[in-house]
Amino acid sequence: MVLLELKNIWYSPEETTESVAILKDVSCTLEDDRFYVITGPNGGGKSTLAKIIMGIYKPTSGKIILNGDDITNLSISERAKLGIGYAFQQPPRFKGITVGELLSLARSKKCVGSGCNYLFDVGLCPKDYANREVNSSLSGGELKRIEIATLLSRNCKITVFDEPEAGIDMWSFSKLTDIFEKIHKGRDVTTVVISHQERILKLADEIILMQEGVIKEKGEKIVLLGKIMKGKNNFKKDCLGRVEKNE
Amino acid sequence: MNNLLDDNLIAQVADLHGIPQGAYNIRKNGVGIGRRSTANIEIKQKLDKPGIDIIVKPGTRGESVHIPVIITAEGLEDMVYNTFYIGENSDVLIVAGCGIHNDGNKKSQHDGIHDFIVGKGARVRYVEKHYGEGEGTGERILNPQTLLELQEGARVELEMVQIRGVDSTKRYTKAQVGKNAYLKITEKILTHDQQSAESEMDMELKGEDASIQIISRSIARGKSKQIFYPRLSGLTKCRGHVQCDAIIMDNAMVRAIPEITAYHADAQLIHEAAIGKIAGEQIVKLMTLGLSEKEAEETILKGFLK
Repeated sequence: MVLLELKNIWYSPEETTESVAILKDVSCTLEDDRFYVITGPNGGGKSTLAKIIMGIYKPTSGKIILNGDDITNLSISERAKLGIGYAFQQPPRFKGITVGELLSLARSKKCVGSGCNYLFDVGLCPKDYANREVNSSLSGGELKRIEIATLLSRNCKITVFDEPEAGIDMWSFSKLTDIFEKIHKGRDVTTVVISHQERILKLADEIILMQEGVIKEKGEKIVLLGKIMKGKNNFKKDCLGRVEKNE
Repeated sequence: MNNLLDDNLIAQVADLHGIPQGAYNIRKNGVGIGRRSTANIEIKQKLDKPGIDIIVKPGTRGESVHIPVIITAEGLEDMVYNTFYIGENSDVLIVAGCGIHNDGNKKSQHDGIHDFIVGKGARVRYVEKHYGEGEGTGERILNPQTLLELQEGARVELEMVQIRGVDSTKRYTKAQVGKNAYLKITEKILTHDQQSAESEMDMELKGEDASIQIISRSIARGKSKQIFYPRLSGLTKCRGHVQCDAIIMDNAMVRAIPEITAYHADAQLIHEAAIGKIAGEQIVKLMTLGLSEKEAEETILKGFLK
């Protein structure tokens, strides 16, 4: 069953004077209970697409359909209530708000005892963290893990994780892939992960390759992963070539 | 003990519901309406001026003193001098605070001067809440002064909170911190509409290894104005840290001037000051959890002042 459908999405930031389109006529469908990984070079439009799904950015044109309903004009909060979740690449900090309170807000009920177990899943001891403030005393890696825990606690229909591996250490990364494996196996949800990591790519049912604001390729992992990893396909060479050229 | 209005004011400023445990003194509209001393804590009327002396015997541990002040009359200007003598090696909680309910059109004002002499090795936690309410146009004014002397090894924590409804406040805090003594001041202020709040501090680190930590968190909304002017001096080997953190909204004004002066090469003094609006990212993050923009803003502000 189709869960989310993006139809001819164009996006140009309002603040630019020249017309630089970050997303150029992007269309794709995401189905129930599937695990998607979006990959591709930096600046290709991956994070922008994620923010368009959550409603943080409004598309310049195009339509977003969730379960058959047009949600293009719905706010972030309204989409959140419909079961869309988004994990920030760089989560903000909050002075005075504790990890436990943030989880309670995410779950819309109080996080006590086993309610805080989502912290366990991301390798943090609830006892140590539930009462800590989400402020600058937390490291970048801790913050990322807490961010993932808040998303896990929400039980969304579809969750987009924006580069969950960015800024976390090797140990946490291996734990992270376990978490995604668990999400994929155990739950009736759709997961979209933006990632450059082979181990995450391997978890995917489908891989979406984005480059220069368009979806270059979307297909079953078995077909696409081999191509990307072996570097035998043109997009990877092309991508790398362009990345190097730009640097 | 009183009517509903009084009970509400007392609950707001002293978290009290009914008669408190331990020693207490309740002042209403300029006169004492209830008092109790205990075996270890004596409260007595000053003879030369309005106010009370609170005398805590040396070695008193785990006891509390509640001294709320409420004003429900319009046009009342109340001035009070309270002196706290905290005996050596005692450990007490003091809950002060003032609530004004002014339905009239004349101003109501309470100026409280609290003088603390904290003996060797004593510990004090002092909580002071200020609150104003009422429908009238009469101003609600609170001007507290807190003067502290910390003797060797004393530890004092002050929590001073003014959340709502006080039209004008001028706060002055002065401390002399002795050898190995530690003072922590947490000040939380929210102003709105046309209110103004000023807080000045003169802190002297006098004894060797004395330390001070000052944390000021404030939110200025509407057209309110706030000024923070903490001054910290290190006269010997000591440590001091001042942190002013303000969220500014609407058309408010916030001025923060943390000042540190060292008179000794081993005085370690740090100040930090930041004023800014709520980060857009924070609002967006909470909205992605299903909160409306308004709820997200309130959640952030509530956390900030917690």
